[in-house]
Amino acid sequence: MENHINYNNLQKNTKRRGTVYHIIVYTLLSVWALIVLFPFYWMILTSVKSYGSYNAEYIPAFFTLSPTLQNYFDAFTTVPLLRYLVNTLIFTLLTTGIMMVVITLAAFAFARLSFRGKDLVFTLFLSLMMIPNELVVITNFVTITDWGMRNSFLGLILPSITSVFYIYLLKENFAQIPDELYYAAKVDGTSDLRYLRRVMIPICKPTIVTVAILKVIECWNSYVWPRLITDNPNYYLVSNGIQEIRENGFGRENIPAMMAAVVVISVPLIVLFLIFRKKIMAGVSRGGTKG
Amino acid sequence: MDNNNKKAWLYLLPAVLFLAVFMVYPLIDVLVYSFEEGYNSASQTYLGIGAYNYSYVLHDPYFLQAMKNTFILVMITVPVSTMLALLISLGLSSIKPLRDLYQTIYFLPYVTNTLAVGLVFMILFKKTPYTDGLINLMLAWFGSAPVDFIDGPYPAKLFVLCFYTVWVVLPFKILILTSALASVNRDYYNAARVDGTSKFRIFCRITVPMISPMIFYLVITGFIGAFKAYSDAVALFGTDLNAAGMNTIVGYIYDMLYGDSGGYPSYASAAAVILFAIVLTITCINLLVSKKHVHY
Amino acid sequence: MKIVLQNLTKTFPSRNKKNRADVIAVNDCTFEIPDGRLIGLLGPSGCGKSTTLNLICGLLKPTSGKIYFGDDDVTTLAPEHRGVGLVFQNYALYPHMTVKQNIIFPLENLKGEKKLTKQQMEEHALETAKLVQIEELMERRPSELSGGQQQRVAIARALVKMPRVLLLDEPLSNLDARLRLQTREELRRIQKETGITTIFVTHDQDEAMSISDMIVVMNEGVVQQIGKPQDVYDNPVNLFVARFLGTPPINVFEGKIYGNTLYIGENAVLTTQGLSDMDVYVGIRPEGFIPEENGPFVCRLNRVEVTGRDSSVISTHTCSLNGTIRSIINSDCVINTETDTVRFSLKPHKVCLFHKETKERIYFSGNESTQRRQ
Repeated sequence: MENHINYNNLQKNTKRRGTVYHIIVYTLLSVWALIVLFPFYWMILTSVKSYGSYNAEYIPAFFTLSPTLQNYFDAFTTVPLLRYLVNTLIFTLLTTGIMMVVITLAAFAFARLSFRGKDLVFTLFLSLMMIPNELVVITNFVTITDWGMRNSFLGLILPSITSVFYIYLLKENFAQIPDELYYAAKVDGTSDLRYLRRVMIPICKPTIVTVAILKVIECWNSYVWPRLITDNPNYYLVSNGIQEIRENGFGRENIPAMMAAVVVISVPLIVLFLIFRKKIMAGVSRGGTKG
Repeated sequence: MDNNNKKAWLYLLPAVLFLAVFMVYPLIDVLVYSFEEGYNSASQTYLGIGAYNYSYVLHDPYFLQAMKNTFILVMITVPVSTMLALLISLGLSSIKPLRDLYQTIYFLPYVTNTLAVGLVFMILFKKTPYTDGLINLMLAWFGSAPVDFIDGPYPAKLFVLCFYTVWVVLPFKILILTSALASVNRDYYNAARVDGTSKFRIFCRITVPMISPMIFYLVITGFIGAFKAYSDAVALFGTDLNAAGMNTIVGYIYDMLYGDSGGYPSYASAAAVILFAIVLTITCINLLVSKKHVHY
Repeated sequence: MKIVLQNLTKTFPSRNKKNRADVIAVNDCTFEIPDGRLIGLLGPSGCGKSTTLNLICGLLKPTSGKIYFGDDDVTTLAPEHRGVGLVFQNYALYPHMTVKQNIIFPLENLKGEKKLTKQQMEEHALETAKLVQIEELMERRPSELSGGQQQRVAIARALVKMPRVLLLDEPLSNLDARLRLQTREELRRIQKETGITTIFVTHDQDEAMSISDMIVVMNEGVVQQIGKPQDVYDNPVNLFVARFLGTPPINVFEGKIYGNTLYIGENAVLTTQGLSDMDVYVGIRPEGFIPEENGPFVCRLNRVEVTGRDSSVISTHTCSLNGTIRSIINSDCVINTETDTVRFSLKPHKVCLFHKETKERIYFSGNESTQRRQ
């Protein structure tokens, strides 16, 4: 009989400890979630406060009762925000598009074709992965300047349309397609290019889409290269645009308008993320790096 | 066979061409630059070959300041962000309801523009004549005097930089660790539970060793990433980092190349080579340590 | 330690979006396991046997019903307080620890009075290692061991804290065929030496039959039959158990009882006293056939396979549900392979009748010899 009581106590203790543990976990997770979300909340909040009311607040208010869209209007009219957005869109689409073609062809050659020196070339490719961008950016800057391509889309795009890492990622995926499919296609007289287009790309579509999305994120946020290569605001991308806005834009004090601009350039990626959430997270955990 | 060879090279041609021009050539060139003394970018001439560029860079107070900032940043953010990510992913993997929501929220900083959100951080931390800023308001609740985190004392600026860096790098680390935790076979935990192992012991003796390869991967990439810190600093303190005293090594390279100090590609190259050497050394040390401690 | 399961039920919420009904993994299980025996929990995959095991060890909580260890109600007790040792199908050895560290691990968790000194732990570990004969492997890591050795380490780890009950989930399924035979003897020996009540889960009836003191046959979450292996084999309570046990499997036919006689097709194969006329399933064990020139059961002969000790006659019959009929006969019997028919008479105690709808067993006079043995 004594045994039973003992067991009951043990069990109650375990249960209570479990509940306390869960409360602590949820609290801590929520605290971090707040820290993550707060800047987003603050930028949206500030962007709908009117210029006057924002500057009148010595103690910042956590909400506003009279939201206004005037700041968004200012952001598009006072500074060339639309131009920055269009530039970035063109840059992102072109870079991603060209890169996908280049890396797909290269990955196909490595995965499917046999040629002399393949292993050696592939090893060389892989060793390039270790080269930090900072090391090569100096010469690239000089090269592009010498070619007279500063302040042009070509200059912006050219250095970033190959990625050894993505070639590697795609090659691994291509290599998983069984050889028999290739031989079957060969027997039917399918050309290599047609096989690539009709068989490999459809089968590897998930990886290709993931790579494309990762590249889009990378392009949208790229700052260093565009900053070096463009000094004409007509070719600024959003990152440089926001920096320009900060330094010479609305005048230092119009923070609500600045925040409106920040919201506008942040929204596209967040929307993209919310749509492709699973794909992006899976892709990043497989091959993304940042930080 | 020969035909096949040609065809394969044709497929590879674009990739090889771009890599040769924009990666292999620059790699050699940067070394050459770094040893060409007194290079003049207008006439493209130089005076001689030697290590003067390195000596100049290593004696430049701006570079030393950048080194100091970068090292402090690395030493603080790498351990802090890794530990924090480990804690958060542990928490995440021990709950079921709302887990997806938390994961989505935690990932948000990854897809945001560093420069843009940095601006928000600046506003939160900045003290202006018109307002003390939100963070100072919160500090005041605890009875602290307002501090200007953006233009104020060095430790305050460093704190903001570290805080923002952690905020930016955490999504990637949380994601990697959460999937590492999820890939640990449930049976190990069940086995430990049947044996009455306490939660803390499970964490120390099973969880951490099992995901140690991923932790080391994060530490290594974390070191590399933190040494290359730049745009976070720009976002918070503006493009003139030297004036703010918050420059980083990468920032120094770019400033040397182009910017307020005006084109000195030789100095920039020397600084880049120095950075590469530092990163390489640290990575090698990391790899050696991880070989010793990561089993199986 | 006697184990009693009382009306044990476990349901899982449905993952299927169209069908919201809960999945019943274990349905109203009631049985008792006597102290110190080796029990085989047997059934096809997905029958709820692993769930039952997890309920017994406490990793899962039952939806309803009770579990007793001896007189203690352990139904809601956390696994660590139950005193069970568990061996996982994939062994779940900690890959970063040596064999010794793996075995000692459970001992290091003990708290309070039960706490052991380092010395005592090492002694216990060595003792257990000797029991499973791995004492010379103590410093290796799991990745350096063969499957069989890993299995022993897993058993040692489960035994080292002297559990009241030892539970094994598919302990032999990750071993190759030869090692499996060897290891199951080993399992039997270890259980005999320790005398710990041991339950193991398997889908391999051969395994369960050969070493268990008792087998529990499950299907779709319901216990079908409990008993000594031979009894269950000889005397299945329903068609499922009859078909599940035995290699080669039992031959099943559609049959009919008419005027105290069992017909398979046109053949009047047996007299069945005391049964009314009805349609039945007829199960005949492969060893239940006797080839006879004038036997009543006429089949179409396919071929004869001679395998040393005995031979198998492969034949077909229009009423057979198995495709081909496999009968094992003494290799002394000579079958004329020139003809295309073969005739058998049947051993009545190797013939089981099952109700056409309920598929439950129907006993008839010929079954008496086996019934008496129970």
